[in-house]
Amino acid sequence: MELFSNLALGFGVALSPLTLFLAVVGCFLGTIIGALPGLGPSNGVAILIPITFSLGLDATAALVLLTSVYYGAMYGGRISSILLNIPGDEPAMMTTLDGYPMAKNGRAGDALVISGVASFVGALLATLALALVAPYLARIAYKFGPAEYFALYALAFATLGGMASNNQAKAALASFIGLGIALIGLDNNSGFTRFTGGNLHLSDGVDFLVAIVGLFAVSEVFVFIETHGKSSAVGVKLGKVTVPWKDLWETRWTMLRSSAVGFIAGVLPGAGASLGSFMTYMMEKGIAGENGGFGSGAIKGVAAPEAGNNAAAGGALVPMLTLGVPGSGTTAVLLAVLMTLNITPGPTLFSDRPDVVWGLIASLLIANFVLLAMNVPMVKVFVKILMVPPAVLLPAVTMISFVGIYSLSGSYFDLVLMIAFGVMGYAFRKMDIPTVPVILGILLGYQMENNLRHAMTLSGGEWTYLFSSPIAAVLWIAAFLGFFAPVFLRRYLKKPQLIED
Amino acid sequence: MKLTFLKALGTSAAISLMAASSVWATECIAPANPGGGWDFTCRQIGKILFDIGQVDAPVQVTNMAGAGGGLAFSTVVAERNEDADLIVAASSATTTRLAQKAFGDATADQVRFVGAIGGDPGVIVVAKDSPFQSLTDMVEAIKADPASVAFAGGSAAGGFDHMKPLQVLKAAGFNDITAVKYIGVDGGADAITQTVGGFTQAMTGDMSEIVGFIKSGEVRALAVLTEERVPGFEDIPTAKEQGYDVVAVNWRGLYVPGGISDADFQKWADRLQAVADSDEWKEAMAANGLAPFTKVGGDFQTWIDGVIAETADLSREIGVIQ
Repeated sequence: MELFSNLALGFGVALSPLTLFLAVVGCFLGTIIGALPGLGPSNGVAILIPITFSLGLDATAALVLLTSVYYGAMYGGRISSILLNIPGDEPAMMTTLDGYPMAKNGRAGDALVISGVASFVGALLATLALALVAPYLARIAYKFGPAEYFALYALAFATLGGMASNNQAKAALASFIGLGIALIGLDNNSGFTRFTGGNLHLSDGVDFLVAIVGLFAVSEVFVFIETHGKSSAVGVKLGKVTVPWKDLWETRWTMLRSSAVGFIAGVLPGAGASLGSFMTYMMEKGIAGENGGFGSGAIKGVAAPEAGNNAAAGGALVPMLTLGVPGSGTTAVLLAVLMTLNITPGPTLFSDRPDVVWGLIASLLIANFVLLAMNVPMVKVFVKILMVPPAVLLPAVTMISFVGIYSLSGSYFDLVLMIAFGVMGYAFRKMDIPTVPVILGILLGYQMENNLRHAMTLSGGEWTYLFSSPIAAVLWIAAFLGFFAPVFLRRYLKKPQLIED
Repeated sequence: MKLTFLKALGTSAAISLMAASSVWATECIAPANPGGGWDFTCRQIGKILFDIGQVDAPVQVTNMAGAGGGLAFSTVVAERNEDADLIVAASSATTTRLAQKAFGDATADQVRFVGAIGGDPGVIVVAKDSPFQSLTDMVEAIKADPASVAFAGGSAAGGFDHMKPLQVLKAAGFNDITAVKYIGVDGGADAITQTVGGFTQAMTGDMSEIVGFIKSGEVRALAVLTEERVPGFEDIPTAKEQGYDVVAVNWRGLYVPGGISDADFQKWADRLQAVADSDEWKEAMAANGLAPFTKVGGDFQTWIDGVIAETADLSREIGVIQ
């Protein structure tokens, strides 16, 4: 079998003491970087690039280190989502919705183990899929034009209704605010800047990391100050940490479904891990129905987004390796590293440099097992973070957030903007407006607008173009069903229960 | 508990250290996020400067994304004007944006352009099953019906990739250039997938972006926008030999702060020349589809001024500046 000889080649490259050591170091660093708010996989990898060069690592070793950090950060993002209600990076945002309620119910350990295993399943299946079908799968990207992408984003927003809030109008309001913020910056289709007030710092738009750290971490500080720490998120009770075999078995289909959906979201260059975790969460919520308890600590609500975003991380490597199209911020950084090492990803990479491709795949498999070993038995170490009194923990988190955001662009303006988002997040909490749709609007708004306007340019303003391909039509039907089905089914279903805070 | 806190402190200390290390090392600002051409310029030139012994310590690369390079430009002008240990990656996009006043009131004479040491030749590419066999076929089709051909490119409307087909069309005597369809996507590879997928009829971009796709046979290049055919790609005809006198090369180079001494400027010009002459750079160029394009020192500044004036004229015509 060709696959096995290829994998043998890959492991031959990846299984040296040095690369194994690098994989362990990378996984550990990645987990920590992922868990720290404001430091996500993309800046984690970017920070390490100069180190790989000054250590003089060769192409394979550098890739092993950086992809271990990448996968590690995807695992690590969930830790602060669950323990602090602050997503460590943007794809971990959905994990706060059920992970944090679980932690509040005294099941922090269970949530961490379940999400760790879900991450493993997602990442493992995605890596295997990458090895098996990458060259064929790359063709999917050719099927997605502006109309198809616009329909995909429309689907994401159509399923937003009722998420994380009992009040759909508030969720809609929040997503429109996010979409509005996404309009700030350079208008790609006219070449002019909009809504920047002449400020150069705004002409590239608002970085979603600034928004996430502001809305989640900084607003947490404000709540903490107001209540003297009494109703703050930090300081959840600790249950016993055991492996919840029963729960893991119960979520087996959730993990498999979510891995598949997440992988496909990752393969589509415009979608990425955040959309992957969002879609899988909404899909599982839909399957479970109103009795699934989503939003109040459902185990499936933790397993789905984690399997989804880790599978998407693997999926995003498909267009990067086979087309040279980065599907996410982190793969854009990895692409840069490859180019610097004089490896040009593209349609011929698999045949030109099998050592690099299969070495990478083998090292991803190794990293994945290292991460499982690191994340499940070592859950206790991470849970210990809870024992730090909030008065120490929160300032530390705040400081790291500031350093992380400053490292993005080195501009004070972003820090001010982050505080402004913190104030906004605080006000939203007071008014019980969910903040996740704001982030989603900022994340997807730019691409959504761009694709709509591209579609209009290509069709000469003919709106039926948006529905003209079978893929677009199917996505639109799913979007309409997703939007209207809850409205009509509501009378037959129980009202969602209020979440006790 | 103490452990976690210390860990947190340690991590932030390590990060601040990395940021602060620029105080003693040469710094190269890539005015964009990691992954683009400017990042490549900084990392390659920085690596080679150290490898060939032109600098004593590895060059620290800082990514300062914002305003399409405008943030870095204004920071250099306002805060680092006399820093002799600072270089900034630049390319055609820098001059295009300066010409279009996209950096606010900034002008090209506020910094000193050291030189270009490689160029990414402009290309116009179609899918392998496209009906267009030559640039002339395409130009004639657009003349007959401007809406029949849509271009995809990696820059925003009004950017360098948008300008390339417009320059060709103008050279062909077609003046209704605002009728030409163009969509700006996220980079050249994305523009190619849109073209191979049949959503647009042609891709406009740089040679480095299409190398893999040319080799795999998924796309055909109708023309390369250089004076001579590009070594290694001799079967791609130039626009010039097809009768359209257009040269558009996305040069890769550096600028330095405007306030440094002539001696320091000369020092950077010499170092850049040394990189241009090194085998390492020739290798990096070959691997990334760059063609030799070396203009270093005083001549480069004159050339830049001419390019900016030309770009400003074309931009006025398509309406991206008044």
